[in-house]
Amino acid sequence: MIKRILLRVFPHPQLTAFLLLIWLLLVNNVTVGNVILGLIIGVAIPGITQPFWPNQPRIARPFKAVSYILLVIWDICVANVTVARIILFKSNANTHSHWIVVPLDLRSPEAITILAGTITMTPGTVTAMLAADASHLLVHCLDTDDPDAVRDEIKHRYERRLKEIFE
Amino acid sequence: MELFAEIIVSFILVVGGSFCLLGSFGLIKLDDTMRRLHAPTKASTLGVGGVLIASMIYFAAFADRISFHELLITAFIFITAPITANFVAKAHMHRDVKERDLPPTTGKYGWAGYDEIGDGPQPIDTK
Repeated sequence: MIKRILLRVFPHPQLTAFLLLIWLLLVNNVTVGNVILGLIIGVAIPGITQPFWPNQPRIARPFKAVSYILLVIWDICVANVTVARIILFKSNANTHSHWIVVPLDLRSPEAITILAGTITMTPGTVTAMLAADASHLLVHCLDTDDPDAVRDEIKHRYERRLKEIFE
Repeated sequence: MELFAEIIVSFILVVGGSFCLLGSFGLIKLDDTMRRLHAPTKASTLGVGGVLIASMIYFAAFADRISFHELLITAFIFITAPITANFVAKAHMHRDVKERDLPPTTGKYGWAGYDEIGDGPQPIDTK
């Protein structure tokens, strides 16, 4: 009974905590008033958006997420330099762009969203489309001579880690 | 000490600014819409990131307060940039790319923008 009431008020407890943290960072000032206001926001927004997001996302290993974020930030820095070099030093005719099909093992929508975002932010690849049954990702690669290697790297470097975090 | 902080802040600002410039240059130089998408999504992430890091260091060194707004801006950019890129890509593909020009999926269904999934069991449980 109590659990049901709690679930009613906090349909997404992590989201409530996250919104409170975001609010405190936004006002840059921790006072009792701000914490209460943050809590009101943290209860109202999950409550209002509940119909759009009925499932609780399952995160099996939250600590692995930290190392994943650090890995992605590092890859973003590398990606910037790689793309900058292609833009500066390669002629358009010499740049070999490819479409790459990445078959997905991930099933959770949150995990697929994060994978798609990661692919867009990292070296020379942009996620363009998802298959109608969410089983494949269509990725555009700016410059590669070996599309299969890019696909294997995405699967090995990012998808494997996301699978560990979410499943 | 102040001079040291100033040098670091200006160095990061110049690096960030160069990446922003490169992102815009790539937008002009590359020739295909899908290729063009690569330049602003990446080069400008580090560009904006550099400016934000410089701002954090500046406030920590000269205004004696630590500002977390920059971290928030970074987080929001990381969340919104891929979504923007994805929507631009989808709009472009919808207008100018035919399904036969794309590699097919190896599964039962085609790409979401071209194929209807129809009735029957949904692969992602939306209940």
